[in-house]
Amino acid sequence: MQKRSEVRIAGLGGQGVVLAGKILGRAAVHDGKSVVQTQSYGAEARGSAAKSEVIIADERIGFPMVRKCDVLVVMSQNALDKYLKDLKEHGILLVDESIVREVPKIKAKVFMIPATKMAETKLKSKICANVIMLGALIKATGLVSQQAVEKAITKGVPNKAQKVNIHGFRIGLELVKP
Amino acid sequence: MGKMSTTRFWQGNEACAEAAIVAGCQFFAGYPITPASEIFEHLARKLPQAGRITIQMEDEIASLGTVIGASWTGAKAMTATSGPGFSLMQELIGYAFMTETPCVVADVQRAGPSTGQATKCGQGDVMQVRWGTHGDYVSIALSPNSVQEMFDLTIRAFNLAETYRTPVVLLADEIIAHMREQVVIPPSNQIEIVNRKKPKPTDKTFFGSENIAPMPSVGEGYNVPVTGSTHNEYGHRFTADRTVHEKLVKNLFRKIRNNAEKIVDYETYNIDDCDVGVVSFGCTSRAIYETVELAKERDLTVGSVRLKTIWPFPEEAVRNIAQNVKVIVVPELNMREVFYEVERVVHGAVPVVPVNKIGGGEMITPEELLEEIVRSVKKID
Repeated sequence: MQKRSEVRIAGLGGQGVVLAGKILGRAAVHDGKSVVQTQSYGAEARGSAAKSEVIIADERIGFPMVRKCDVLVVMSQNALDKYLKDLKEHGILLVDESIVREVPKIKAKVFMIPATKMAETKLKSKICANVIMLGALIKATGLVSQQAVEKAITKGVPNKAQKVNIHGFRIGLELVKP
Repeated sequence: MGKMSTTRFWQGNEACAEAAIVAGCQFFAGYPITPASEIFEHLARKLPQAGRITIQMEDEIASLGTVIGASWTGAKAMTATSGPGFSLMQELIGYAFMTETPCVVADVQRAGPSTGQATKCGQGDVMQVRWGTHGDYVSIALSPNSVQEMFDLTIRAFNLAETYRTPVVLLADEIIAHMREQVVIPPSNQIEIVNRKKPKPTDKTFFGSENIAPMPSVGEGYNVPVTGSTHNEYGHRFTADRTVHEKLVKNLFRKIRNNAEKIVDYETYNIDDCDVGVVSFGCTSRAIYETVELAKERDLTVGSVRLKTIWPFPEEAVRNIAQNVKVIVVPELNMREVFYEVERVVHGAVPVVPVNKIGGGEMITPEELLEEIVRSVKKID
């Protein structure tokens, strides 16, 4: 792993991009890393642009905002259009292909994940697409350990939602082939 | 809280709320407002569990009003808000100062004026904290730049409020309040907690001492009138007498200014032999460490003074760095506020250059700050 990894997860309010960032951040803490997680959202509860950023490093983190990201996760077409320019040339892009149709040809490694579709069919819950994307992210990047993420889910979501979230996370892991 | 230090992954506002509990906060009153609401939410859950009180009031004026009332019952008390609510609180901040009521107000800054951009960061309340209420007064305002400091400085805010019997503002900002980071909580026996000085049964004077008068609580039998009107040391009103007014207000100034050295707090970084000084605070200061590194590649040595108290202003630290550098740069997310204070303190010794950015919640990046530094240095050479 690099000394400093910058991750941006972007989509719409209500998709759980902030929660996904929070879980990833907490998992990195469990793995003993320095972490800053930030978020940005509109004044509306749902539907406006939302993003969550996680910086994971071995040392103290100064500037807390992502400028060029190593990993970009997009869960809306807008998010892709807006943030693709900030992805490093040889970075990693994860796309929820159930929502985002057009991905330009780029040098970055691209993973197309049917997250929202799988969440609907396998989990009967569209809002779990975020943890499926998180599973794919972990498998594609190895940023943090799987155990750390599952521990973070257990700590970070309400009891009754733990099972479905961990299930979703494991589905996400399966969707990325080594 | 225990015998060992523990590490948590908290949001800034959550760390503030947890620190309030550790500091002994017994009463919180508030009115929800982005980006401060999580402090309220967290304390609404946690304070009642500890047998203490959280209450939602009809607005921010009533919130600070009940906080002041609670403080006079002997409780450590707090409220939290953002710009629009902080504007409403100004009159009562003056009242708390005049009646020497310890209380803590967290102002989590967002982009103003007015409703502005509710979810986006700003640093435009610096001068409001200093001059927001009417009349002659001095303020204490602390500026955290990490989640750890949201914890540490909230505890300090309570301690300063109790020590000096005055309102203390935790001047946070949206970015620090909403980010999540590790927080190390020291063992409970290593956290300093200060409680207000209580009167002895024979005490008769409770106001206007530059050595900070003891504070009775209602119901303890001291029969003390509490008034925002000019009063003598017994609390009796004197609304026309010049000498009583002058003595009271000057002593309220002295009790803080005489102790400014103990209150003032700042952090210096790389200040030996630097060409350029940066004076910054809050979220904006997070760009410094990287800027210092980037500047080396341009053959520039950048040093930093980061303000942890904004009021009282760390004059000495700013004056010191001015003696070593060619120029001082002041980045902030407003249209110049700390800049004027730096200019006043530096008093023409070196040029002071403002770097300002507002709106959209965007920070001044290390790259942008470096470009401004390079431009400022070129202008001088």
